[in-house]
Amino acid sequence: MKASSTGYRIIKDKLFISGVVLFSFLSIVPLLLILFYIIKNGIAVINWDFLTQLPRPMGEEGGGIINAIVGTLMLIVIACLVSVPVGVTAGIYLNEYRTGKIAESVRMAVEVIMGIPSIIIGIIAYTWIVIPLGSFSALSGGVALAIMMLPVIIKSTEETLKLVPNTLREASLALGVPYSTTIIKVIIPAGLSGIITGILLGVARVAGETAPLLFTAFGNPFMNYNILEPVNSLPLLIFVYATSPYQEWHSLAWGASLVLVVFVLLMNFITKLVTRR
Amino acid sequence: MGTKNTKRYKDRHERKEMIFRGILYLSSVGILLLLIGFFVSLPLDAFESIRKFGIGFAFTRIWDPVAGNFGALVFIVGTLVTSCIALVLSIPFSISIALFLGEYFREGIVSTFLKSAVELLAGIPSIIYGFWGIFVLVPIVIDLEMKLMVINDRILPYGVGILTASVVLTVMIIPYSASIAREVITLVPTDLKEAAYSLGATRFEVIRRVVLPAARSGIIAGIVLSLGRALGETMAITMLIGNANRLPDKLLSLANIFVPINTMASVIANEFAEATDSLHRSSLIYVGLLLFLITMVINITGRYIIKKTSVSIDE
Amino acid sequence: MNETFLRTEKLSALFNGERVVKNVTITFQKNKVTAIMGPSGCGKTTLIRCINRMHELIPGAATTGKIFLYDDEIGSINPILVRRKIGMVFQKPNPFPTMSIYENVIAGYRLNGFHLSRDEMNATVEESLRKAALWDEVKDVLHRKGTFLSGGQQQRLCIARALAMKPEVILLDEPTSALDPKATSRIEELIVELKDAVSILIVTHNTAQAARVSEYTAFMYLGELVEFGSTKKMFTVPENSKTEEYLMGKFG
Repeated sequence: MKASSTGYRIIKDKLFISGVVLFSFLSIVPLLLILFYIIKNGIAVINWDFLTQLPRPMGEEGGGIINAIVGTLMLIVIACLVSVPVGVTAGIYLNEYRTGKIAESVRMAVEVIMGIPSIIIGIIAYTWIVIPLGSFSALSGGVALAIMMLPVIIKSTEETLKLVPNTLREASLALGVPYSTTIIKVIIPAGLSGIITGILLGVARVAGETAPLLFTAFGNPFMNYNILEPVNSLPLLIFVYATSPYQEWHSLAWGASLVLVVFVLLMNFITKLVTRR
Repeated sequence: MGTKNTKRYKDRHERKEMIFRGILYLSSVGILLLLIGFFVSLPLDAFESIRKFGIGFAFTRIWDPVAGNFGALVFIVGTLVTSCIALVLSIPFSISIALFLGEYFREGIVSTFLKSAVELLAGIPSIIYGFWGIFVLVPIVIDLEMKLMVINDRILPYGVGILTASVVLTVMIIPYSASIAREVITLVPTDLKEAAYSLGATRFEVIRRVVLPAARSGIIAGIVLSLGRALGETMAITMLIGNANRLPDKLLSLANIFVPINTMASVIANEFAEATDSLHRSSLIYVGLLLFLITMVINITGRYIIKKTSVSIDE
Repeated sequence: MNETFLRTEKLSALFNGERVVKNVTITFQKNKVTAIMGPSGCGKTTLIRCINRMHELIPGAATTGKIFLYDDEIGSINPILVRRKIGMVFQKPNPFPTMSIYENVIAGYRLNGFHLSRDEMNATVEESLRKAALWDEVKDVLHRKGTFLSGGQQQRLCIARALAMKPEVILLDEPTSALDPKATSRIEELIVELKDAVSILIVTHNTAQAARVSEYTAFMYLGELVEFGSTKKMFTVPENSKTEEYLMGKFG
């Protein structure tokens, strides 16, 4: 072996780790840039009126995004009302009947649904709900988001309940507590933080979704509280404003982006807090 | 407790238990039905277009809503090209992150920071990427086009097109392949690595000869799954791809990197709400059906590789 | 003054078709401590899990034969009602982690939807904790989580939880196997004190423990009941050569 080859090997080793460090940090440069631009352009727009007023017609100064904030919250509430009961009970089922044929197929289905592009979920919500009801609606948008949340909730519920020790179930059953009560009052409370984490993750996943809302919730320049009518949402508003030719709308879109990013990051942060506890 | 009481209690109790188990069962079967619904609903709604254009739909490059002629080739090419460019571009980044977090620096402030930053990258909504791309990236690309003088037959550079969309897509998929690759790299047994170190290997040699080969299939699975993501990505692409429903004339020219095109997800996003003609709508759903099937095959392949890997690690 | 309150008749327990308890016929005396001992895998735990019908919860499990609690055949009663009359304490202490000490003790009532007045609840909690010799240690921290207690205290909390339901009998499944020697001797003292209040069946693979706490001992081997009788007699003049070998530590 030549002595020089060791030196060459060490140089190669050093070069490689430098490359790893460089590429790792290069990949978060876009994140910093995005946050920088959103904060810089967004903060200039955000004030009390922006958060509490309706959009003004083109050409008028000011105006806010309250209809989109309310709409986003409405959509999330509808999505949770649909997906949480179904998702949690299906997660319980998977944990209870681990090796059954149905459980295996449901697990497979959850994986597949997880991977369905969100735009396709929009098409499905359109044909299943918008067409029968005859109108774009908050309901159809909420259902589309619910379909996207379901796999997240099911998986985290199953994973959490798997970690609840079997001895707790035995302790409860040995007291003569019925199976259903054991699940509801002993097993679920023991895994509650994990289940909540799953729901929050689901909300974080759909809060910024636009594609499934394009032809379901559709967007609405006015305030709407009726779940059977079109409703605006922050991502929809950003899409419309950002692709418009008007300068004023662009700055409103930056403001809305800041609100949306803060909301999504807050969800992720809360999720982390709950998990750590 | 007397027998009569016992019996009454038993009936009431058993009904309650049956209802409870019934609800669990219904939810699970509901998930299956939901997926089956996709398989039934999409072909049904695309039926008009399927009947008219058949399988040739996927190989026809004309998309003309006015004349009622539809083919998805442009969108399939657009989707594959942007996704593949993004995939190739993302690999050095995601493997670097995976090695950084899974091999070089498993703990410490810097790792925690990088890890959270990558998680944030995954958490930023698609629409924000698109919006940011329009106002920050597009002007840069226009500059680049001017400098390179590849203005082709066009009068002005657009800034939107394959390159812009692919770059943003790259950033969006890095977190997915990185997190899966990191997990498999962490799982590479220490004794394997120590065996190599004891033979005098440098860290780079251990990574190249031991860690990466042992984690290979997991890394590939991560890349495959991120391809699944890239194929279905909609909003950012829609805002940055240029939405041109035609293929460039000479496909294999480097100048085409700046050309606007369209993807399967984007054409649906752009045209679905306005498509009043039933053939147009059903053709868009046909595009959706193809996208659904392609992403499903990709995802199942990725999951399959992961399952096989995790089994081999357990053994 | 011996009174039989619980007996099995040709009881067999199967697990995926394999018989792990074979044709056991045995009678248990009221207000006595009966130890069931044997090497691991001899079916002793499965035997007591048949008595409160916990065995049938495992997929692939089945039983044949009969068990009588006084005159009632257990198989004909809803398992939920059976389990309320027959308490059980497990190998590892398993207080409910989401409940306080107080709530753990009355968990049997709460979870079963029985409504007690506040006074009744307080009285039940205090009485059960006193019986389980835990009251003095926890009376000031009743509203802290049960999981903050030491392993031995947690196990006594589980005993209190079982006692609170005023069961006919308590089944103890190797209750000290996860505890240190000091905590073990506290539990053993407790078992001896408790027998005036409740009948006790204790499963153990520790022969010395059986000798210390029980009046009757059953020795099981490979799923069969090899010998059953008074503890004193079994430990001095065992009838069966297998029992003798086991007591001398030749296997198990």
